[in-house]
Amino acid sequence: MSDQYGAAPLRPFRFLLVLALPVILSACSSPVLFPGGDIAARQRDMLLIATGLMLIIILPVIFMSLYFPWRYRASNKATDYDADWDHSTKLELVIWTVPLLIIIVLGAVTWVGTHLLDPFRPLDEITTSEGVALDAEPLDVEVVALNWKWLFVYPQYGVASVNELAAPVDRPIRFHLTAESVMNAFYVPTLAGMIYSMPGMETKLHAVMNEPGVFDGFASHYNGAGFSDMNFKFYSQNDGDFDAWIQNLKASNQTLDTQSYLDLAKPTEGSPVAYYSSVEDDLYKRILGMCVRPGKLCMQEIMMIDAGKAEPGRDVTIDQLKYETYDLDQFGHGGDAQGATAPASNREPHSDERTLEEPAGEGTIAPPQLHEN
Amino acid sequence: MLGNTDLTRLIFGRLTLDSIPYHEPILVGTFAVVVLGGLALLGALTYFKLWGYLWNEWLTSVDHKRIGIMYIVLAIVMLLRGFADALMMRAQQAMAFNGSEGFLPAHHYDQVFTAHGTIMIFFVAMPLIVGIMNIVVPLQIGARDVAFPFLNNFSFWMTAGGVILVMLSLFLGEFARTGWLAFPPLSDAANSPGVGVDYYIWGLQIAGVGTLLSGVNFLATIVKMRAPGMTMMRMPIFTWTALCTNVLIVASFPVLTAVLALLSLDRYVGTHFFTNDLGGNSMMYFNLIWIWGHPEVYILILPCFGVYSEVTSTFSGKRLFGYTSMVYATVVITILAYLVWLHHFFTMGNGASVNSFFGITTMIISIPTGAKIFNWLFTMYRGRVRFEVPMLWTIAFLVTFTIGGMTGVLLAVPPVDFVTHNSLFLVAHFHNVIIGGVLFGMFAAINYWFPKAFGFKLDPFWGKVSFWFWVVGFYFAFMPLYVLGLMGVTRRLREFDDPSLQIWFIVAAFGAVLIAAGIAAFLVQIFVSVRRRDELADTTGDPWDGRTLEWATSSPPPHYNFAFTPVVHGLDAYTDMKRRGFARPMEGFKPIHMPKNTGAGIFIAGLATVCGFAMIWYIWWLAALSFVALVAMTIAHTFNYDRDYYIPADEVAETEHAFAGTLTARS
Repeated sequence: MSDQYGAAPLRPFRFLLVLALPVILSACSSPVLFPGGDIAARQRDMLLIATGLMLIIILPVIFMSLYFPWRYRASNKATDYDADWDHSTKLELVIWTVPLLIIIVLGAVTWVGTHLLDPFRPLDEITTSEGVALDAEPLDVEVVALNWKWLFVYPQYGVASVNELAAPVDRPIRFHLTAESVMNAFYVPTLAGMIYSMPGMETKLHAVMNEPGVFDGFASHYNGAGFSDMNFKFYSQNDGDFDAWIQNLKASNQTLDTQSYLDLAKPTEGSPVAYYSSVEDDLYKRILGMCVRPGKLCMQEIMMIDAGKAEPGRDVTIDQLKYETYDLDQFGHGGDAQGATAPASNREPHSDERTLEEPAGEGTIAPPQLHEN
Repeated sequence: MLGNTDLTRLIFGRLTLDSIPYHEPILVGTFAVVVLGGLALLGALTYFKLWGYLWNEWLTSVDHKRIGIMYIVLAIVMLLRGFADALMMRAQQAMAFNGSEGFLPAHHYDQVFTAHGTIMIFFVAMPLIVGIMNIVVPLQIGARDVAFPFLNNFSFWMTAGGVILVMLSLFLGEFARTGWLAFPPLSDAANSPGVGVDYYIWGLQIAGVGTLLSGVNFLATIVKMRAPGMTMMRMPIFTWTALCTNVLIVASFPVLTAVLALLSLDRYVGTHFFTNDLGGNSMMYFNLIWIWGHPEVYILILPCFGVYSEVTSTFSGKRLFGYTSMVYATVVITILAYLVWLHHFFTMGNGASVNSFFGITTMIISIPTGAKIFNWLFTMYRGRVRFEVPMLWTIAFLVTFTIGGMTGVLLAVPPVDFVTHNSLFLVAHFHNVIIGGVLFGMFAAINYWFPKAFGFKLDPFWGKVSFWFWVVGFYFAFMPLYVLGLMGVTRRLREFDDPSLQIWFIVAAFGAVLIAAGIAAFLVQIFVSVRRRDELADTTGDPWDGRTLEWATSSPPPHYNFAFTPVVHGLDAYTDMKRRGFARPMEGFKPIHMPKNTGAGIFIAGLATVCGFAMIWYIWWLAALSFVALVAMTIAHTFNYDRDYYIPADEVAETEHAFAGTLTARS
């Protein structure tokens, strides 16, 4: 192919190659394509394998989509025009079996990959990258998605932090996730894929970081007005730095108990980082059981009762079963929501005065929107 | 305000003067434009004395062709609204960097993306699909109307009722701030006590009734009213896809109705289906809404596959390659549509086997879809391809949809979904298939069947301008989102910290501007075509050398479509007739039995809309009153026996001779 007839007509367009530059540059900063954690890296590998498999068929199809109409354009007066040619068993066989074969391969890869990379699966069950301390006890992190900030509890160290997560390099991490009132998703792209965190339920995520650094983590499921600010920094640290970080938390003068948790759980936007030097026993369990407020029956207990394995107390009241959350509706705009009145609650229209502040400490008086008459 | 609060609340529910968002300049401006535009329109209608014509010939019409046109007009109006939302989102995301908040507070921005999704799916894509089916299906199967003409009119007005409620939320109260599927617990009474979610619920419920009834209608029409000789395997492929789509509508819309009803019960009477406490479980809502939501995607795309099949075959001057495999592919997709819903929430904590199952069923759908694409390719192969506007859209579809299909299969691999779910990669994917598949298909359909509906072609120059702006704009608007998704950027964010992302959002916003130019060019195309209608007139009824029965009628067809029911001897019935030297019968006309126009549909749907409005604002007396009136009116309508008439044989003869006259004058 001589250059004269080949690439020459395209030469004036070579400057377009410059357009590819930002793609290449930004790709390097992509935590999805160049992650620092083994699980995310294997998920990326699945992405590349699946893309490669599909390109086997996608590229010819795109080529034919452009070539066929051009080749058989009416003005070309192709001599092999055949108005009644509408069937070919051989072609039909090809167009059904080639995609089928690709999907069989991709399906097998998917089955295996999905099981290996199941977020609930402990890392020690699967081979993983070198240097990971599989025999060490995983770092437990209990994650609570609050409106609109992240609470991380480190049960092994008895400390907690808000909007800041840290973990030692090469030590497996075991996340337990739940949420305070609405659905959320927890996502640190460089570490591992996302998983939902949901009120009254627990999900798990196993992952490990293989390189130190500071990375982004955030909420990846829309959850209301403060959604955009619900992000945090993830510090992947060497053991010494991580210990120092824990010590830093221990030095905090704040502690996380029932009352400070209920205060923390009040909806706020763009909350600052906070450290807690100690965490009340079983606080996470009670958050999960939606019974942090005194006088509430925990989900775990309700489930035991439902399963017939426990006796309900004689004086279980409906109020003990009701979960109370905070008002999200006042956020994100200058005024109040339009006509915000829940019928079951008898709440006054927003033009009337209403109390937004929770009476401190009691936990027995429902916030306005759940107040039963 | 009135002194007596209780009385005010009894009369107006929670509707107060504060409900008017007069403090939002964007909304006030929009309202002013709508009022001025509305007044101008009403003035023009009055000045040109068009009220009677509009009422008698259009609003109360039971003619499937006119109802189809009304659906499409509604969809285009809503496209402008939905696209205005899109422009605002693109502008917000391009601006909100380096500490800038952009120009939309969360309260407004969150409504905008919710409204954009809701409107584009329910009030743009759906009316376009139903509109095109209305115009084309009865003509393609040689019928004089749909099976239940009044129901058809009523369905349209229910859809319009849903539109009215959603549009009203702009100027009275607010729309939902929950995302377009309104997932609880965010959408329940505790977390979204305002009217927004109620607007969403009642808008969709009322429109949903319309969609469901039109599904029933088309199912009956296609199954029972085909011309003699048109066996199932001789049905035009568009009719096949319409049949499958309506099967999906009838089987999945009740699920939407039920799940929204459960959410309403949670919100209105304090049940606990989806709440956090007392045994409620929001995961059930995710499952139920996607059991409707995934088939919905195929409801939208299948008729477009039908359009591409008709267009490719017509403009390649060839029979469709692999008709039988095309039919089976369509049916397989219809069935598989019900087995994949869980792929919308792989990340909700399902077991690996469950995720793998739904991932693999999703991939399997790509096999029949791939077969369809090859069938279109081999239809062009050895053909004579004419690059008319509908064909251009089809070629753009083939390339674009292939890319969207590939990213769709990527998302179907659960480990890949874990890193791309809820990201802009996902947003890019579904716009890639919905714009590249559904919207391109609908533009192909509009350009293709416009002469049939109106009697003149659309101007090809402006059609091509619109086409190029749309296609290029699409790539500029959505390819950056793929990149952003792979950089780990989540959807629905209002502001950003990382300044390196901004360039991509600016490119995407530029793409949106190009698409805006494409929409403008489309409107210009219609305007220019109306001005040049004499030059572009189609006197033959068959402007493209069509292959199916709709081209056997005049353009536009007479009310009764066919003076004599055609007899079908094979696929591509009209090509077959043309080859056999079909001669139009010129005598022996009989009076034709036709349904009469009625205003009942508009009144009943209007009452349903009022009832929905009253429920949204807790105006209980009005809700009860309008509901009783609605039921009474419906029962009363069943006693209206004056609902048909005969077109006299003379008039039929006159119409047919006039058409024959123009045909001979031409030849």
